[in-house]
Amino acid sequence: MRHIISILMENESGALSRVAGLFSARAYNIESLTVAPTEDSSLSRMTLVTSGSAEIIEQITKQLNKLVDVVKLNDLNVSGVQHIEREMMLIKVKAPVSSRDEIMRLSDIFRGNIIDVTDDTYTVELTGTSDKLNAFIASFDCDSILETVRSGVMGIARGSSSLHL
Amino acid sequence: MELSGAEIIAQFLEDEGVEYLFGYPGGAVLHIYDALLRADTVKHILVRHEQAATHAADGYARSTGKPGVALVTSGPGMTNAVTGIATAYLDSIPLVVLTGQVPTGVIGSDAFQEVDSVGISRPCVKHNFLVKDVKDLAETLKKAFYVASTGRPGPVVVDIPKDVTDPNIKIPYTYLPTIEMRSYNPVTKGHPFQIKKALELMLRAKRPVFYTGGGVVLSNASSSLRSLVKKLGFPITSTLMGLGAYPSSDEQFLGMLGMHGTYEANMAMHDTDVLIAVGARFDDRVTGHLEQFCPNAKIIHIDIDPSSISKTVQVDVPIVGDVDDVLTTMLEMLKESDGEKASFKVDQSSCDQDLKDWWKKIKQWRKKNCLRYNKKTKSIKPQYVIEKLHEVTKGDAFITSDVGQHQMFAAQYYGFDEPRRWINSGGLGTMGFGLPAAMGTQLAHLDKTVACVTGEGSIQMNIQELATCMQYQLPIKIINLNNRYLGMVRQWQEFFYEGRYAMSYMDSIPDFVKLAESYGHVGMQIDQTSDVEDALKEAFAMKDKLVFIDFLTNREENVYPMIAAGKGQHEMELAPDSELV
Repeated sequence: MRHIISILMENESGALSRVAGLFSARAYNIESLTVAPTEDSSLSRMTLVTSGSAEIIEQITKQLNKLVDVVKLNDLNVSGVQHIEREMMLIKVKAPVSSRDEIMRLSDIFRGNIIDVTDDTYTVELTGTSDKLNAFIASFDCDSILETVRSGVMGIARGSSSLHL
Repeated sequence: MELSGAEIIAQFLEDEGVEYLFGYPGGAVLHIYDALLRADTVKHILVRHEQAATHAADGYARSTGKPGVALVTSGPGMTNAVTGIATAYLDSIPLVVLTGQVPTGVIGSDAFQEVDSVGISRPCVKHNFLVKDVKDLAETLKKAFYVASTGRPGPVVVDIPKDVTDPNIKIPYTYLPTIEMRSYNPVTKGHPFQIKKALELMLRAKRPVFYTGGGVVLSNASSSLRSLVKKLGFPITSTLMGLGAYPSSDEQFLGMLGMHGTYEANMAMHDTDVLIAVGARFDDRVTGHLEQFCPNAKIIHIDIDPSSISKTVQVDVPIVGDVDDVLTTMLEMLKESDGEKASFKVDQSSCDQDLKDWWKKIKQWRKKNCLRYNKKTKSIKPQYVIEKLHEVTKGDAFITSDVGQHQMFAAQYYGFDEPRRWINSGGLGTMGFGLPAAMGTQLAHLDKTVACVTGEGSIQMNIQELATCMQYQLPIKIINLNNRYLGMVRQWQEFFYEGRYAMSYMDSIPDFVKLAESYGHVGMQIDQTSDVEDALKEAFAMKDKLVFIDFLTNREENVYPMIAAGKGQHEMELAPDSELV
C-alpha cells in the first residue's frame, strides 16, 4: 500500500542523503521525496511517498525514526488520520495557433494557470493530487508535451493535529 | 581557557576520561597529534594499520563497556578504518572515530588524500558529523560520545577538516558534562503493561526458553538475567554474541544456538511454546529458515531498538527498553506477586509439572552429547586445544577471535562464565579482528590473561600488529589453529560444492615461529596432541611475553553440529558417528 510519510528533521547538510541512503541500503521503494526548510530555519520538512506491506512500512518508519537527524515523523496513511495531499506540476506544451483555445480550455477545466507564453508554446502550472496531474498529462498526445516538472507529493493531516515540536 | 581546535580535541579527550586513543598519524591530523603530546592522561597507541586502530578501540569497548576511541588521517587512513567501523556497527559497539579531513576550503576538489568520509561511513555508523567550524567542535565531540554510548550503542565518526584544528585560531573552551539533543532520545524504560503481559505469558508457558544475545552484555544485564532465569527455572540458550552473560557451566544453560549451536538448544527452540528473546536480533545465523523458526511459539522480545522488533520474525509481546531495566522490573513484579499470588492468575502446580516434563525432554536431547569428538587422535583436534586452553587459563581469560572454524570452536568449547570475556566479530564476520581486538582488551586489563584464538588465514590479515604488541609490551597469547586451509570455506566446499576446494588452500604459509621471533616475541610450533597441554602451560607461564603458538591441527576437521543455510533449526547435521568416539 502507498504511504505518505511526513518527517521533521534537523536542517543539516547530509540529512537528505541519510534518508535517501537508508532507502537504497535497505531496498525500500521511494516514489517521491520533497524537502524544504520550515518556518523554523533549523528544521526541514520532508514528505516521502513509499509503498510496501504493513510490515515493511512499519520497518521504514522505525528505521527513519532511528536516524539521529530525524526529530519527528508521521505516517499520514494510518487509521484515524485523514490527510490532504497536493503535488504541483509545470508543463510546457506545443501551442500552435490551431490548438491554443483547446489548451486554455483544458487548463481552465483542471484549474491550471498558463504562466508563460511564446509564439508556439504554453507553460501551464497545475496543482492537485497526483491523479489529477496524470489526467492532465493524458489529455495531451505525447508529441505535444515538451517538458514536465513535478514537485513530488506534499501532505498534511486534516484537523487540528499537526507535526511540530 | 582559550584553545585551538587541536588543543580542544586533546583537552576534551582528557575531560571525557578517555584512557587510550588508538591511531595513526598523517597530514590532516598533524595539528591534533602535536596537541596530543600535551595530553597527559590520554595514552596514544600507535598501531600499524588504521583497520587495527578501530578493532583495538573496539576490543577496548567490548571488554570494558566504555566507548573506544580511534584517530586516523583523511583519505586512505579513513578508508582503512571503515572495516573496523562496520564491524562495530554490526555488533552495536560504542566507538568514536575521529577522522582528519582536508581543509574546508578545498573539500570537494579531489584534494590530496581527500575522500567523502561522511558519505563513505554513513551506511555503517550510528551517526556521523562533519565539523565545519571550530566553534562547533567541543559540542560535536560531546554529542559523538553521547550518541555512541547510549541507546543501542554504535560507532560515530567525527570528520575534522585540518583548518578546524589550526593552532593559530584559539577560542574559549569549556567541557560540557552532559548534552541534550532534541532529535535523539533513546527509550530506556520498558512499558510496565507490556512487561506484565510478558510475565503472564512466561508463567503460563509449558515449554519456555530464554534466547539471549549481545544486548544482555551491552546493557550489563548479566546479573539480573541470572536472577530471573534462576528464579523461573527455565532453560536458556545464547547467541554467539551473548556468550558469558549467563554462565555456560550452569545446568540451565543449553549452549549456543544457531548454525553451529548445540542439538539441545536448537531442538528446544524448535519445540518451545514461549520464546523469551532478550537483547537478540533474530539474525539469519540463528533463525535458519524463517518459516520453520520456532513454529509453535509465542514470542516475547525485549530490545532497546524498536527497529529490531518484528524485523524478520513477527513478535507477540514486544518490549522496547534497556534489557537490564526490563529484567529488573520483571524481578520486582515477580517479588510482589510472591506476596499475593493472585496478581498472576496461574495454576502453579500444573506449570511446575509442565516445566519438569520439558526438562525431561531437554535432557533426552542432551544425551546426544553433540559436541563430542575423538580425543585420541595423534594429529591435534582444534576442539581439544580450546578445551585445554580453558583448563590452563582456568576459564578466566579474555578470549578474542577471528572468523572461521576456530571462532566456532572457541565459542563451543571455551565455556564462558562471565560477560565481556568473549570478544569476536559476530555480525560482520571480520577476519583480522582478533589480534588488534586483543590489544585493546589487554590494554584495558593489563593484569589479566588475554588470548587470541585465530587461524593461519585470519591472523595474516592484521599480522603487522605484532609490532604494536612489541612496542607496548602486550603479553597476548596467540592460539593459531593452523590447518593449512581456510577451514570454514573448505568445510562449505566439502558439503555444498562436492569437495571442490577452490582457493581455500593457501600455499606459502609463513614460518610463524620465525615470524613471531622477528618481531621480538616468542614463537612455538606444536604438532602432537600429547604436547598441547604442556605448550599452553609454558606459554601462559610467560606472563610478560607475547607467545605465538602455532598448532598444526587436523586438516579437514569440520564444525558440528551444523544447520545448512535455508534449513530449519531441527534439521541439524551432527558429526558422523565415526567421529564420535
